[in-house]
Amino acid sequence: MHPPSHHPADGPAIRLAGLRKRFAAGGAPALDDVSLELRTGEVFGIVGRSGAGKSTLIRTVNLLERPDAGSVTVMGRDLLALDEAGLRAARRGIGMVFQHFNLHHRRTVAENIGFPLEVAGMPAAARRARVAELLPLVGLEAKRDAFPAQLSGGQKQRVGIARALASAPSLLLCDEATSALDPETTAEILALIRSLRDRLDLTVLLITHEMGVVKAICDRVAVMEAGRIIEQGRVFEVFTRPAQPTTRRFVAEVIGHGVPPGTLARLPPAPPGQQRRLAQVLFLGPHSTRPVISEASRDFGLDINIVSGRVDEIAGEPFGVMALAVCGAAAAIDAAFGWMRGLGLVIEEDVAWAG
Amino acid sequence: MGWLTPTMQDLLLDAFWETLVMVGASAAIAVAVGLPLALLLQVTGRGGLRPLPWLNRPLGLLVNAARSTPFIILMVAIVPFTRLVAGTSIGTGAAIVPLALAATAFLARLFENALREVDAGVVEAARAMGASRWQIVTKVLVPEALPGLIAAVTVALVSLVGFSAMAGAIGGGGLGDLGIRFGYQRFMPEVMATVVLILIVFVQGLQSLGDWLVRRLSHR
Ligand SMILES: Nc1ncnc2c1ncn2[C@@H]1O[C@H](COP(=O)(O)OP(=O)(O)O)[C@@H](O)[C@H]1O
Ligand SMILES: [Mg+2]
Repeated sequence: MHPPSHHPADGPAIRLAGLRKRFAAGGAPALDDVSLELRTGEVFGIVGRSGAGKSTLIRTVNLLERPDAGSVTVMGRDLLALDEAGLRAARRGIGMVFQHFNLHHRRTVAENIGFPLEVAGMPAAARRARVAELLPLVGLEAKRDAFPAQLSGGQKQRVGIARALASAPSLLLCDEATSALDPETTAEILALIRSLRDRLDLTVLLITHEMGVVKAICDRVAVMEAGRIIEQGRVFEVFTRPAQPTTRRFVAEVIGHGVPPGTLARLPPAPPGQQRRLAQVLFLGPHSTRPVISEASRDFGLDINIVSGRVDEIAGEPFGVMALAVCGAAAAIDAAFGWMRGLGLVIEEDVAWAG
Repeated sequence: MGWLTPTMQDLLLDAFWETLVMVGASAAIAVAVGLPLALLLQVTGRGGLRPLPWLNRPLGLLVNAARSTPFIILMVAIVPFTRLVAGTSIGTGAAIVPLALAATAFLARLFENALREVDAGVVEAARAMGASRWQIVTKVLVPEALPGLIAAVTVALVSLVGFSAMAGAIGGGGLGDLGIRFGYQRFMPEVMATVVLILIVFVQGLQSLGDWLVRRLSHR
């Protein structure tokens, strides 16, 4: 019942190429020439607004949705070439977790987790043994005989995760797995997925409309809009150097340069002949320890006010973000910003400050 | 209570038994035929596991035709068929034929509605786990819909009690028949009242049993 083993050297865990899907003839495409490769062992996030085509995309990976064109290769196997029985077998090697959990209401926790094994024809005794292994993995030993209605949202999703992992898949698909949960439970479930990835050598594809989820557990991210992937890369790169406006808006949710409007209003006007400019500065990696601001202030003759600032971490890499109010001659400010950019800092002036 | 002679007690008991047989037998047939029919309607319907409009439409039309024919007309219209199956067109055995037919069409629709209530997400999850269509029907659709299916059977049983009284009135026996013959034709309102009382208690019992089962099985 285990899928043929797949080695990293065999190529990507998932390879989607040229996917197209249109639900209504003449309507906007849900997928518009989407290509994507997942490396074995990574957590890959797809982020986008509602209706961008994320669910359609993740559902093509196990062919719950058949693309109109393109190819779907999972663990080196061309899924579109499989017959019904072959596809069913392939699906057993791909776990899937859903936003609304999709548990059987009339089955207990243990019976829900054992369902994929039952479907695969595993005898009851072996099933019980496997379920007994899975329960502690998601911390639900005490709930084995409870029904879904007796569980909290977080517990239901733990059941969903254990069920998805029952057949020991090497691939886990998560369709908005935390979108129905409160922030605290979301963090818990994301930590669980990440630790399971490490322990079980999983490759994880997850889709979400929340950038916070991507920041918490993804290694790489793709941004989707209107059925297309408009930007992708390592999470740290995409967060700190977003290229597309849509990506910038997403990143802003998490990087958060929210400056209270009152603070902006209280800044004194610039003296005659001078400018007062607001800038968001991202300090990345090694420079976060250098006294850049005092150097800039001294060497370029500027007044620099730190309006807001904090230090954060994305995918394990630290960065600092500050909102600066810089006062001085226009040329001096430009020169200072140029010098700071030269050090690798990311400076942006056209940001939506209120927030 | 002078009217409740031992003879009358026997008559009531026999009539109750005949009602039980008519309702029980036709309900059993209706469940046995109606459930596969409902599954076929659900699976071949739009958005079903295997949409087949050429099968679904005629089947749906047939069920609707049987459902919209008033029972009293259906009963008379299928007399030749009843003779063919039961060998006669009168008596309790013969009454079961039109009752089963009407109940099958009725239940098929109620069952279909219950099946449609099953969370589409659970079906999708089963597909994602590699379940076959047959496994989805037997391990997801039917078990998840069970409380709804039982509620549908309860509704059908209660309707069948009423229909069986109608069937009884034209020679099928049972409580309805007894009530009409004694209460109406022989001016014994006590018999009529007793029959009605028994029917009320019977229907109430069926409903309570059904409700209890649904509650026990729901886990919602
Ligand atoms: N089964 C379907 N039938 C018709 N249209 C659909 C179906 N599934 C998705 N769509 C449409 O495709 C587009 C992308 O949807 P979806 O992939 O669910 O987006 P997302 O998950 O990013 O919110 C939307 O316009 C949606 O209305
Ligand atoms: Mg979606």
